[in-house]
Amino acid sequence: MAETRITESARADPRNGPDVLVAGGGLAALCAAIAARRAGASVWMVDAAPEALKGGNARHGRNIRVAHDGPSAFVPDGYPVAEFEADLRRADPGADPALVAPLARDSRDLPRWLTAQGVAFQPRAGDALPYSRRTVFLLGGGTAMVNALARTAGALGVRVLQGTAVEEVAPDGRAVLCGDGGRTEVTAGAVVAGTGGFQANRAWVREAFGSAADGVLNRGTPHADGRLLRALLDLGAAPAGDAAHAHLVAVDARAPADDGGIVTRADGMAWGLVLDRDGCPVRDAAHETGSARYSGWGRLVAGCPGGIAHVILDDAGLARLGRRVYAPRIMPETETLARALALDPATLADTLRREGPPGGPPWHVVSIRPGLTFTGLGVRTDADGRVLDAARAPLPSLFAAGMIMAPAVLGGRYLSGTALTVCAVFGRRAGEAAARHALA
Amino acid sequence: MPSRDADILAEARRQMTVCVVCKYCNGYCDVFRAADARPALTDADLMYLANLCHHCRNCWYACQYRPPHAFAVALPAALARVRALSWRRFVGVGSPPGGPAAFALAATLLVPVLAVLLVPADVLFAAHRGPGAFHAVIPRGAMVWGAALALLAPLWPVALAMARFWRAIGGGTPRQVARALPATLRDILTLRNLSGGGVGCNDRDDGFSGGRRHAHHLVLWGFLLTVAATLAAAVSHHLLGMRAPYPWTSAPVLLGTGGGVALLAGVAALAWIKHRADPAPEAPETRTAEWTLLAVLGAAAASGLALLALRETAAMGMLLALHLGTVLAFFVTLPFGKMMHAPFRALALLRAAIDRQKEDRRHDDR
Repeated sequence: MAETRITESARADPRNGPDVLVAGGGLAALCAAIAARRAGASVWMVDAAPEALKGGNARHGRNIRVAHDGPSAFVPDGYPVAEFEADLRRADPGADPALVAPLARDSRDLPRWLTAQGVAFQPRAGDALPYSRRTVFLLGGGTAMVNALARTAGALGVRVLQGTAVEEVAPDGRAVLCGDGGRTEVTAGAVVAGTGGFQANRAWVREAFGSAADGVLNRGTPHADGRLLRALLDLGAAPAGDAAHAHLVAVDARAPADDGGIVTRADGMAWGLVLDRDGCPVRDAAHETGSARYSGWGRLVAGCPGGIAHVILDDAGLARLGRRVYAPRIMPETETLARALALDPATLADTLRREGPPGGPPWHVVSIRPGLTFTGLGVRTDADGRVLDAARAPLPSLFAAGMIMAPAVLGGRYLSGTALTVCAVFGRRAGEAAARHALA
Repeated sequence: MPSRDADILAEARRQMTVCVVCKYCNGYCDVFRAADARPALTDADLMYLANLCHHCRNCWYACQYRPPHAFAVALPAALARVRALSWRRFVGVGSPPGGPAAFALAATLLVPVLAVLLVPADVLFAAHRGPGAFHAVIPRGAMVWGAALALLAPLWPVALAMARFWRAIGGGTPRQVARALPATLRDILTLRNLSGGGVGCNDRDDGFSGGRRHAHHLVLWGFLLTVAATLAAAVSHHLLGMRAPYPWTSAPVLLGTGGGVALLAGVAALAWIKHRADPAPEAPETRTAEWTLLAVLGAAAASGLALLALRETAAMGMLLALHLGTVLAFFVTLPFGKMMHAPFRALALLRAAIDRQKEDRRHDDR
């Protein structure tokens, strides 16, 4: 994909980069950069996003899953390490056991460590938060966490380059950076890839999902182009997970193509009638009502022709929906609804009579599309983030952390709050290991 | 054709809708939980939320939807605009001639000019010592009647505005008010909503600090001390038969000095914070009113302290006139300016406390 290949002649260059070069700017990259710097390494953090969009998808995060021994100001009851491990294995039976145990174990120390890096958690008092035994909430959400970590990284002396992408890496620590100043090649002691999945790469998404990809909206950063994931796979990194797996939720069809975050999530499917493009009812066989309904419907709408479906509600259904960022469109008559959805009025009237909500017309319509949160293909690593090849041997000097290796644990599945845990735990571990490697 | 006010309210409603769905900031202050309870976001709801907002700016820096995001959420600026609009609307007397800043300056200068014109120069520019020295320069009758007029004229529209605002945001029965009053006073006197849920405010950039809260505490408590000094002076005059200027160790002077120093330090700190703050989360058109209030409070505190220091010299006469001018400016600009934030914020906090207690009772019933 890149024209400039790292040439043999460059191998003679002395190390002109840092001890540890961190690619990415999300939670994994920030934790890796801070941990490596605290371990004594000189660190650059190179993020493709501009300053205003720094933080990757962590900007949209809210809570982090952590094991803990008992109630505290931030989390009620208890969540033993063994239970977290069991939850991980249940979510993905193929989860790499070498990663599951350290993930659950290290998650216990995360609130303490993140607090020491300036991150603030939201106390439970005042019932502003839903009950959650397994997760701690970030005060102000993920963007506030990103701000705090970026300040700490800067104060520690991490050199941060926003608007600069790492295009290529080599197993000996060389990397090609591409930013405003053009392309430069640097040699680092170690490289940590924390650039996430490929959910913003339309071509790759199409390759992975086929025609269903056309309706897909990316809920997160537009800079998750998977460039470095591809580069690592091309270098011989063992793949983990499956490109065809992804975490999808149903989002309002009017949501922006990228970065819609939490508020574009659609609802009402369970108490309305969902029709596909051709007017055929779409049913959720699992009848999910908890937070799993969002991802259940993401997969369902991805399977619909054209990747679109329409939630039809009556007045009672609209009231139950509550306030939405995108107001449902109101259709005074079944005729108007048929025109708006380009369906045959007689067939639609018949479908609504048999299966529609009882109170309409008027009808209220929310068109939904699949919203892509993260993709399910990554690279295999050991628990210290060393990128492994097919023979499970590490690629020298190359580390990976966060959503770029999370499919080895989650397999593209969703366990609320766990993506941030993977990023923070393995970001920190990879940063420390990369520093040790570079300074050895 | 929508009026400008309608645009301001519509934009605040659009942004607050994103907040009601997102909820990520609900640990910072009372605004977000209050918004949750009023999802209809009527004009009155928005004015209530805007006055509940203490402008800590935390939600701007924490916002995943702030510009350049397409949702362009910039809540501190949107709510600052609604706040100013709400004061204007509920006071309902329009802007003073020349705008609040010029009006404040004119009021400040009015008393010294009158003093020069009406008080003989050999009295005005002479040193006066001992009890009754102030009234040797400006007669007590003029001072009392001037103060009464300066106070009553603006306090009347302010009181009316408060009553209208209170009704608009839902009001409360005397029982509810009585029950919510302790919590409200605590919220006012501790500025709990400037604590950011424990981390402080984003005074300058995305770093947290207690600066704004501490500075505002100095202003608030300094202001209350000067009010207490005035009351103590009235007691000294009417009940104890003392005549101003009072001795250094008397209650009015001690309270006034403490208040004046705190006020001046607080005003200076707030001005410094405002000056250095990242302008991105601000509504530029509300800045003049903010600077005007700081200037009036600062001038009142500074002239009061100068009067105290130089009261036995020939400068006393003009300093007294100037100080009275700044106090006049404070009162006559009251209904038009940023000072309206104080009564409206107090009412919004009271209403929020009532809502919280209602919620708590519902929880108890379960």
